Amino acid sequence: MKFTSKLAFAASALALSVSAAWADSGEISVGMALEPPHLDPTSAAAGAIDQVLYANVFQGLTRFASDGSIIPGLAESWTISDDGLTYVFQLRHGVKFHDGTDFDASHVVFSLDRARAEDSTNAQKALFADIASVKTGDHYSVIVTLSKPNGSLLFNLAWGDAVIVSPESIDTIKEKPIGTGPFRFVEWVKGDRIELERTPDYSWGDQVALDKVTFRFISDPTAAFAAVMSEDVDVFPVFPAPENLAQFDADPRFQVLVGSTEGETILSTNNKLPPLDDVRVRKAIAHAIDRKAIIDGAMFGFGTPIGTHFAPHNPAYLDLTGNSAYDPEMSKSLLAEAGLADGFTTTLKLPPPSYARRGGEIIAAQLREVGINVEISNLEWAQWLEQVFRGKDFGLTIVSHTEPMDIGIYARPDYYFQYDNPEFQALITELNAEAKADKRTELLHKAQTMISEDYVNGYLFQLAATGVANAKLQGLWVNAPTQATDLTGVSWAE
Amino acid sequence: MSLTTAPPRKPSLLRTITSSLNLTLGLFIIVVFFGGALISLVWTPFDVASLDIPNKLKAPGLPHLMGTDHFGRDVFSMILVGARTSIAVAVVAVGIGMGLGVPLGLAAAVRPGSFMDELIMRGNDLVFAFPALLIAIMITAVFGPGAVNAILAIGIFNIPVFARLSRGAALSLWTRDFVLSARVAGKGAVRISYEHILPNILNLLIVQGTIQFSLGILAEAGLSYVGLGAQPPIPSWGRMLAESQTMISFAPHLALFPGLAIVFTVLGLNLMGDGLRDILDPKIRRER
Repeated sequence: MKFTSKLAFAASALALSVSAAWADSGEISVGMALEPPHLDPTSAAAGAIDQVLYANVFQGLTRFASDGSIIPGLAESWTISDDGLTYVFQLRHGVKFHDGTDFDASHVVFSLDRARAEDSTNAQKALFADIASVKTGDHYSVIVTLSKPNGSLLFNLAWGDAVIVSPESIDTIKEKPIGTGPFRFVEWVKGDRIELERTPDYSWGDQVALDKVTFRFISDPTAAFAAVMSEDVDVFPVFPAPENLAQFDADPRFQVLVGSTEGETILSTNNKLPPLDDVRVRKAIAHAIDRKAIIDGAMFGFGTPIGTHFAPHNPAYLDLTGNSAYDPEMSKSLLAEAGLADGFTTTLKLPPPSYARRGGEIIAAQLREVGINVEISNLEWAQWLEQVFRGKDFGLTIVSHTEPMDIGIYARPDYYFQYDNPEFQALITELNAEAKADKRTELLHKAQTMISEDYVNGYLFQLAATGVANAKLQGLWVNAPTQATDLTGVSWAE
Repeated sequence: MSLTTAPPRKPSLLRTITSSLNLTLGLFIIVVFFGGALISLVWTPFDVASLDIPNKLKAPGLPHLMGTDHFGRDVFSMILVGARTSIAVAVVAVGIGMGLGVPLGLAAAVRPGSFMDELIMRGNDLVFAFPALLIAIMITAVFGPGAVNAILAIGIFNIPVFARLSRGAALSLWTRDFVLSARVAGKGAVRISYEHILPNILNLLIVQGTIQFSLGILAEAGLSYVGLGAQPPIPSWGRMLAESQTMISFAPHLALFPGLAIVFTVLGLNLMGDGLRDILDPKIRRER
């Protein structure tokens, strides 16, 4: 008797361990440096929200593919009228929200009307500015009418800020997001992790391989390094310390994913603050900066130099780095021309990411070489948003603008760097109304050149997407065309 | 057997100092530390403000004795200049603590239990109740990070230390005969405190000052470590440690040298404080 019970125990223990190993193969733990403030992607600018929920929990009419192209999402297909003013979207059938509600055209009308409403808290309301009305055609079609042609509507609707939400669950979305995606929300332990699981009976898109996803929030780079090394997290899509990547690369357990992002990292300049309001002074700063030293020193070689506010992997990109080549002698003569031969003093306020803190020290040293004395102060994000972004109380700052195709911010004179050029504003208005691809490219070239030659900001480098993952994981995004951790195509290799 | 005894020789100052191993060792370390800081005023092997990125993360060797950091700056030069930062912060902070704390303590001791005594000492308790780092974070949160605010923060938490020490010591002195005779001679409380009490508690203050100095250096390193101390590009040991964290696996020298600098300086100051107490504290001196 005793013997058999022992045997039975051993057998059940074996069975347990086998099932644990089997379940393990469908689980993944994702490391993130920043925790989302809440879980409503349609009412905050925080990229961390999209990094958890985009494509996983929430879907939009269209979506970004891993290469940045726009592919159908909840809209199966669409037709555009000849005047470019009317879009008719055909929706997927049989889609259900995670709470069991059937998805139909009324949800699209609700979501888009909510995003573009007068009192909307959507962080990217400009995306919806040209929409005149959104109406249901029939149960599964939606008619979007524009007030003027907008060539980037499909692109705009792919943003995380334009995902489809349901009126039934909107009141609790910040704590318990209900979407239509292949993963559904399970639990959020604040300060620690967010858990997602595969949506049962998900039948309206490609099947996913993972059963369970845990997003873990690890802000300290040293802790992040330890978590990856000990294989506590399987993937860290935006690893906070570039200096550790070489080490991961040399370790056969890991793969390092280096791709492009939409993050133009710039030395933002207060265009209204003397003497920085003088274009000669801004030009002097631009020529005093050695981009290579910054990329090597602050990013350990990860990053592509840029000469304007535009992503180098975009087909419409112009390489304008020549406008601001490293030339300290020219800087000095420009400063002398502006009546500042003895240099001047200004502030450099730096947010927490290492590209800013380290880049700031390097830029300070480079500006000192030409006689510009910058006083560095390191700020936390909240302080930075308060003082620099909203208060406009700064001379210089370094920040990465991670929104895709965001050159339009230069047409907003009240934006924090306060570039006010009516010519540029007219150009962007013309661009937004233009739907023809070649004409758009031409206008984009013009816009890039204009801000480059006005030396609005110091253009440093395009942030690289530097991720690290378990070598056995496949299907991860290498590039980051939008802020997202799309896990729908991710699986463990056998 | 001879009963004649040699007249007792007064030990020379040098002998007194060298008789205490603690003091010798402590003094040696501190002289090196101050010497390095002084030399850095006029000369450092490399300029700590200019970056040399192609030569980053070099291991210790020649010409970079302690290697280079992630910007290619010479770690040895940064340690020297960092010593200067540490000393400047600690000296001024201890100065603030002594300058305000000692008069407060002496004033409180004049009439123990009086309203003034209560006011001063309860105020001190209030400051003392806050952890030093919390005061520092509070000050830097209000006035912004920087060396000056770090000095203020560390100085403020030094005030109650000196106030308590001087009040306690002064209380026992006020009952002594020589103070009584001074009072009879018509001297006022301020004059007695200054002329009779202060000289007699000076040895205690010096010992405590040494200890607080080492705590000040630690506090400065701690504040810089969390980013609230001296701001870049001024080198600071605490910030060097903080910056080395993610590179410790492939460039351990970046953490090792500032870490050792802090350890040895604090150790040296504590040894010196111990040794000074052995010499200066009357109670211990008598027992010898």
